[in-house]
Amino acid sequence: MVEMTGAKALIHALEKEGVDVVFGLPGGANLPIYDALVDANLRHILVRHEQSAAHMADGYARIKRKAGVCFATSGPGATNLITGIATAYADSSPIVAVTGQVPLAMIGKDAFQETDIIGVANPCTKYSFQPRSAGEIPEVIKKSFYIAESGRPGPVLVDIPKDVQQATAEMKFPDLIKVRGYSPVIDADLSEIGKAADILLKAERPIIMAGGGVILSGAFSELQALAELLMIPVVTTFKGKGAFPENHQLAMGPIGMHGHAEANKIVIEADCIVAIGARFSDRSVGKFDEFGKGMSVIHMDVDPAEIGKNKSVDAAVVGDVKSSLRSLVKMLSKRITKRDPDNPWLKRRKELITYYAETLKDYPREITAKKSLKKLREILPAQAIVTTEVGQCQMWASLHFDVISPGTFFSSTGLGTMGFGFPASIGAKAARPDVPVVDIAGDGSFNMTENSLAVSVLDNLPVIVFLMNNYMLGMVAQWQRTFYDRRYSGVEQHNCPDYVKIAEAYGAQGIRVQSMQELEKGIKIALKSDVATIIDIPIDPNEDVYPFVAPGTGLKDMITGA
Amino acid sequence: MSAASAATAPVMESDRSWYIITALVENKPGVLFRVTNLFRARNFNIESITVGSTEQQDLSRMTITTNSDERTLDQLVKQLRKLIDVVEVKVLDTERTVYRELALIKMKAVDPTTRSEIINYASIFRANILDIGKETITVEITGTPDKIDAFKNLVQHYGIAQLARTGVLALPRGSGT
Repeated sequence: MVEMTGAKALIHALEKEGVDVVFGLPGGANLPIYDALVDANLRHILVRHEQSAAHMADGYARIKRKAGVCFATSGPGATNLITGIATAYADSSPIVAVTGQVPLAMIGKDAFQETDIIGVANPCTKYSFQPRSAGEIPEVIKKSFYIAESGRPGPVLVDIPKDVQQATAEMKFPDLIKVRGYSPVIDADLSEIGKAADILLKAERPIIMAGGGVILSGAFSELQALAELLMIPVVTTFKGKGAFPENHQLAMGPIGMHGHAEANKIVIEADCIVAIGARFSDRSVGKFDEFGKGMSVIHMDVDPAEIGKNKSVDAAVVGDVKSSLRSLVKMLSKRITKRDPDNPWLKRRKELITYYAETLKDYPREITAKKSLKKLREILPAQAIVTTEVGQCQMWASLHFDVISPGTFFSSTGLGTMGFGFPASIGAKAARPDVPVVDIAGDGSFNMTENSLAVSVLDNLPVIVFLMNNYMLGMVAQWQRTFYDRRYSGVEQHNCPDYVKIAEAYGAQGIRVQSMQELEKGIKIALKSDVATIIDIPIDPNEDVYPFVAPGTGLKDMITGA
Repeated sequence: MSAASAATAPVMESDRSWYIITALVENKPGVLFRVTNLFRARNFNIESITVGSTEQQDLSRMTITTNSDERTLDQLVKQLRKLIDVVEVKVLDTERTVYRELALIKMKAVDPTTRSEIINYASIFRANILDIGKETITVEITGTPDKIDAFKNLVQHYGIAQLARTGVLALPRGSGT
């Protein structure tokens, strides 16, 4: 037992959790916390907008695979975090967000900068706490990290009234805690794994659909072992992109609205699908009723509530997918030796890849999104971390940028938050300063959080903004071309701003390229730079993303080109 | 302690059934909010929800009734279990469950014939007269939702001035838990 203030207890509890960096912005209601930070062994990264603090914590979490931490004050500081918290919730990313709150006696009085942030955040947090006395803080923080990081990870909010931060109490820092209503399943039911093995061994045209859960649990080698044992082609969801090396002989890439054509095609020809850490989202599978008709479905997930939510299944393996996959592979290896790589199903895989490689037309221009991304892949080392903004840039990244080293790619896939990529890349750089980090960006999305350039420069977290710039809200423009008779409404950016000057204004580096040769040079310069670099790449505003599965239709209705 | 109830009778539709769900939840502020917000956010249709204390000081019991198909029920239960403040969730087998609802019904009753008819019906339904004013009679009735509906339908034509229902409370029969 040791006596200290609530604010000091918070900082000490974070240090005990192994937190080395927090992203945040101070204000009236978290002044005691910021005062305690002065003496802390924590690196504080000052953001220019709280949304970015949450995205940075999220990016950090996805690379470290442990909770990222962000701070904000009450009222607008807290509400500014919400987009970032909702983004983390939609993608099951663990963050612990600590907000200041008005003093206890002022709560409910509509005080200055008061907002019911617990109420606001409820639908997009895994859990939230509002400690009412300083002595609760050590246990609350311990529980926050446990809840955020275990089971299906997610954001946890800790809202601390200012007087609770200031109050002094005898503090006890627990090493073990128990949360009565919360016991995430780790080891799956062996009989369900047995059922899954039976189904798989009977299948003639099996397919694996790997989702974000594989990345969250780090089940890369286990997934590869299953695929290689039964020689099963692997598609991923967009969230699962990079769960499986995309240059592997069984890889097919992401499926979905802007999935790879061959992946969308092979999925509807399969007779059995193994969905691993995936939730059958509308963006991945199109129409729920149509998807998986006549197929046996094996669903492996850590969250029991995902089973049967969007799709009925034949075997439900609930547990950590890393442990489940290990048991499944063990069970299967006793019953089967390696499969023939020349079987008709794998021939079909090759046929589809060749067919679409020959059929899909490239957009006729010196610089295109596809060519730029292929060039980026060629030059970037395999272990580089890549994230994306949201929109056309994101879907082009999904289609044309192959992830080689598992777990090095992430994006706002669930909520689709514009402005995510850049701050998230800074968070990732804070987690892994030793590898290059690239944000595959579009101009519209980058605009939303570009003031994080200040953070990148001042905190020495140099990342590369690979800006595919068509001065358009490109994805909306594409939909207006496709579904609204080319009537543009609210999508044109009119050559504003000048991104090279923006970079320079913040003390970063801006490179405008006009040819593929200049692009190659630009990427190489950026990789050697010790400040953030924006590579401004002109993209024709008429370049569409194909293939395209229109909303409300099935994967079979995929449009492959204009 | 709080209670709320929609005054609709259990409606049987082909693929839907009437279910009673009971949940033990942490007895602390904000839990009812988290549960009802979940129902709203996921579009679950709830007929009634009650919450009150239990034999354990730190736990409250919620009783929820719903008309759902099996798939929706399955999701409702799983999503409830996912809430960290929810300690235990069960779908009760209505055949092996005792369940009751309480209603207060205030009726317009001015003339003596009406008054004696209402008092007569109340005694048949084993309801209690709680209050008699110059123009109204208030009755307390306990029973299954069906019984309360039957009484309500019977007295409807006198004019119901006000009506309040608690929603269903339920416990498994015998030594069931």
